[in-house]
Amino acid sequence: MIRFENVSKRYDTGYEALARVDFEVEAGEMLFLTGHSGAGKSTLMKMILLMEQPSHGNVFVDGHHLAHMPKGQLPYFRRNIGVVFQNHQLLFDRTVYDNVALPLQVAGYPHQEIGKRVRAALDKVDLLDKERSNPIMLSGGEQQRVGIARAVVNKPTLLLADEPTGNLDPELSNEIMTLFRQFNEVGTTVMVATHDVELLKRMNKRVLGLVQGKLVHDGVLW
Amino acid sequence: MKPQRPKPERRPNRMGATVNRSERAVREPVRPDPRPVARSQGAVQSKTSWRDKLDAWSAHHSNSAIESLLRLLETPLQSLMTWLVIAIAVALPAALFVMFNNVQQVGQTWQDSSQISVFLKKDVTLNQGQDLRGRWAQRPDVAQATYVSSEQALEEFKRGSGLGELANHLDENPLPAVILIKPKIGGNAPDVLNSLQQALIADPLVADVRLDMLWVKRLHQFITVAERFVMALAGLLALGVLLVIGNTIRMAIENRRDEILVVKLVGATDAYVRRPFLYTGLWYGVGGGIVAAILLAIGFWWLSAPVTQLADLYQSTFRLQGLNFIESLQLILIAGITGLLGAWIAVARHLYLIQPR
Ligand SMILES: Nc1ncnc2c1ncn2[C@@H]1O[C@H](COP(=O)(O)OP(=O)(O)OP(=O)(O)O)[C@@H](O)[C@H]1O
Ligand SMILES: [Mg+2]
Repeated sequence: MIRFENVSKRYDTGYEALARVDFEVEAGEMLFLTGHSGAGKSTLMKMILLMEQPSHGNVFVDGHHLAHMPKGQLPYFRRNIGVVFQNHQLLFDRTVYDNVALPLQVAGYPHQEIGKRVRAALDKVDLLDKERSNPIMLSGGEQQRVGIARAVVNKPTLLLADEPTGNLDPELSNEIMTLFRQFNEVGTTVMVATHDVELLKRMNKRVLGLVQGKLVHDGVLW
Repeated sequence: MKPQRPKPERRPNRMGATVNRSERAVREPVRPDPRPVARSQGAVQSKTSWRDKLDAWSAHHSNSAIESLLRLLETPLQSLMTWLVIAIAVALPAALFVMFNNVQQVGQTWQDSSQISVFLKKDVTLNQGQDLRGRWAQRPDVAQATYVSSEQALEEFKRGSGLGELANHLDENPLPAVILIKPKIGGNAPDVLNSLQQALIADPLVADVRLDMLWVKRLHQFITVAERFVMALAGLLALGVLLVIGNTIRMAIENRRDEILVVKLVGATDAYVRRPFLYTGLWYGVGGGIVAAILLAIGFWWLSAPVTQLADLYQSTFRLQGLNFIESLQLILIAGITGLLGAWIAVARHLYLIQPR
């Protein structure tokens, strides 16, 4: 599903955020990405989404060699990937419902189908009663859950979540992880970036550990 | 804990919440798209989804159209200003064109009625005059030749000038017989007219020939020059409209930067992102065109009364022609297309710069 071949990323500033990273993720796997702040977790996820391009090496996702992806195909490629962004990326000029509906509208789903799926997704993150609210009126954790609902609403084959539980209390954090695990159980590949070590221990899944852009650990933690 | 969270009855305590949640998970298992299965299900499904796509596409078009219009109406003053700027840029050349059309029509009627008056010598008899008329009527460059005897000429003079009384006091008819020649001219052909004039004056029976065409020619020339000028002006103003709309759209794009980033990240195509801005440009153009049509209608209505009075003074039936309904629609259409074009240029220049980072 995902393959990084000797991937390095040097930003325009000259800072090397990733250095010679090699790993492979099978379809249907669930894994975690960890490391200190600034280790390069978000950078790695952005490369999977083709928000950033490697300065060196190759990235393959879902059978596509990303460096050779035609510009016109990028939107369709992204529709298969659900993303929970570290900074939510919600739009504050529309309701929670409209935020979650965005991936479906963009993909051209019929109106009734959108309604059904959005409500199902909001129900999963327990925000059904907030669908008419503006996300700006929600708490940080609620906003994060809206982002999660938006990421899963399109039933993607690959789910990327960057610090999805950063603002959540342990109880909610567990519920979200359960949700992700359920997705994984029906075949979705799930990749979660976090520096919550407790969470990593509890989940007992494969972990990629980054230190200053280098991949120093690959496997189950303990 | 979050005691303010709604539906507390569903989660009486932490334990209960977990249980509740897992129960729910059993009730409604999360089931992502079984994609490979869906693909292998064949033609029937792909056909309906094709229809759905088309429906969604047209729905997005009408949504974008309505939403971008509502957005413009949300800031009415600002939009009205843009509309006015566009309207003035559109109305100015349109007004000049219409004016020239009117002037040209006046010139046309005068040119049509232009005739060569051939004054015959005093001693030419009625027979000789009519013979001459007959011969000239045969000429290929003559459309019509009319003989007016000196008596008829006097009658007409009495009727037409209002000086009948004075004419009655004349002992002798001072007017010569006249042959009125309507030349056959294709368009404006001053050369033909000149040679005809030469031929007519060469006849020994002719005393004088009047060809009062010079000013018609000058008017023609003037209008040709003026039309070129208006064309250049219209071109410059159209460029101005493109720039105004392009700049307005550029600001709209900047204002919606976040939205563009997010929809691109969730898989919006360029066409999808472009659409609302193109409609915004279209609405600016169409709105400007409508205001321009209204301005022109008011302007011509305001002018038409004095112009009619003026024409009446000259016993002319000339009436100022403004834009009719179809022409107004064309004006709005042209303005709309210009707006769309301006938006397209702005979108092409600025939208691709916004890439998710
Ligand atoms: N657009 C950019 N331009 C220049 N440097 C960048 C850019 N984005 C990230 N970096 C740098 O790259 C490094 C890795 O950043 P990244 O966002 O991947 O870290 P992270 O592991 O996600 O950290 P955190 O846990 O705080 O989210 C950081 O030192 C950051 O300063
Ligand atoms: Mg990060």
